[in-house]
Amino acid sequence: MSEEGLFVSLAGMDAPRTRPLNSEDGEVDEATLVAGLQAGDEAAFDEAVRRFGPHLLAVARRFMGHEQDAQDVVQDAFLSAFKAINNFQGDAKLSTWLHRIAVNASLMKLRSRKRNQERPIDDLLPKFQDNGHMADAAARWAVTHDTAVDSREMRELVRHGIDQLPEAHRTILLLRDIEGHSTEETAKLLDITPGAVKTRLHRARQALRTLLDPHMRGALA
Amino acid sequence: MKCREFVDFLVDYLDGQLPPEQLEVFKKHLELCPPCLEYLESYKTTIELGRLACCKHEEDAPPQMPEGLVRAILKARQTGDSQGAPDGRGPASEP
Repeated sequence: MSEEGLFVSLAGMDAPRTRPLNSEDGEVDEATLVAGLQAGDEAAFDEAVRRFGPHLLAVARRFMGHEQDAQDVVQDAFLSAFKAINNFQGDAKLSTWLHRIAVNASLMKLRSRKRNQERPIDDLLPKFQDNGHMADAAARWAVTHDTAVDSREMRELVRHGIDQLPEAHRTILLLRDIEGHSTEETAKLLDITPGAVKTRLHRARQALRTLLDPHMRGALA
Repeated sequence: MKCREFVDFLVDYLDGQLPPEQLEVFKKHLELCPPCLEYLESYKTTIELGRLACCKHEEDAPPQMPEGLVRAILKARQTGDSQGAPDGRGPASEP
C-alpha cells in the first residue's frame, strides 16, 4: 500500500474528520504519520493534532497561565510545524520536535503579550538581618521528593505555586528546571545574559520555596 | 561568610560552578549554620518537586484537546490563516 493510501478522508460528513485506515487501535506508527504529513494528507494532519495536541496544550498552559493564550500557542505551533514538516529529518521523535516548537511558540507569545499586574517577587524572597543572618530561620521540611511522589495533592500545590510566580521568573524556572535547558541555552532563547538567567532562576526558586514552605513543614493530611 | 552570601551562592553551588576557594568557605558555613543547611535542603527539594509536579501533570490531569481547537487548527492549515480562533470567529486573541 502506498503512503498516501494509508489515510482516507471522510468527505461529506458534518465535521472535517478523517481517520487512518491501517490501524485497528487508532494509531499509526510515527514514520507513516510523518510520511502522510509530508505528502500533505489531510488525515495525517488530523491524526497529528489529535495525538500530540493534548501534550502541546499542557506545555503551553504551563508557560502561558491563560487558557486562550495557550490555545493560540498550540495553533501557532502546529501551523509552524506543518509548514516546516518537510524539514523534519527524523533525528528526533516527532513528539520531541513538536514539543520544542510549542515551547518556542510559547516564548514568542509571551514576548508579544502585555503583562498583567503581578505580585512583586521581592515579597517572596528570604529576609536577612542587618548582620547578614537570616531573619527567619528555615525549618526542616517534612515533605520530601519521595513522599510527594505519591501525593497528587502535593503536586497540585507545587503547580499552583509555579503558576503564581511572576511571568519572567516562571518562564526561566520552566526553561531551566523543567525543560532542562542550560543557563546559556535559556539566555539565548530569551535574549538576555546568562547572569540575568541565574539571578531570575535563583529568585524564582526562592519564591517558590517561600510559597511552599507553610505546606511543607507538616505532614500531608 | 554570612547567610545572605551563602544563599547568593546556591545556584552556582548546585551547578557545580563555585570556584574551589568559595566552595571551601561555603561548606564551612554549612557546617556551622543549621538554618542554612535546612534552607539548602528545602531549596533542593523545591527544584525536585517542581520537576516532579510538571512531569506528572499530564498523568494527574490528562489534558483535553477541545474539539473546536482541533477544527480551527485544521481549518487554518487549509486556509493559511494563523490567527483563526478555535471557534472560527476570528483572531483568537481578541476579546
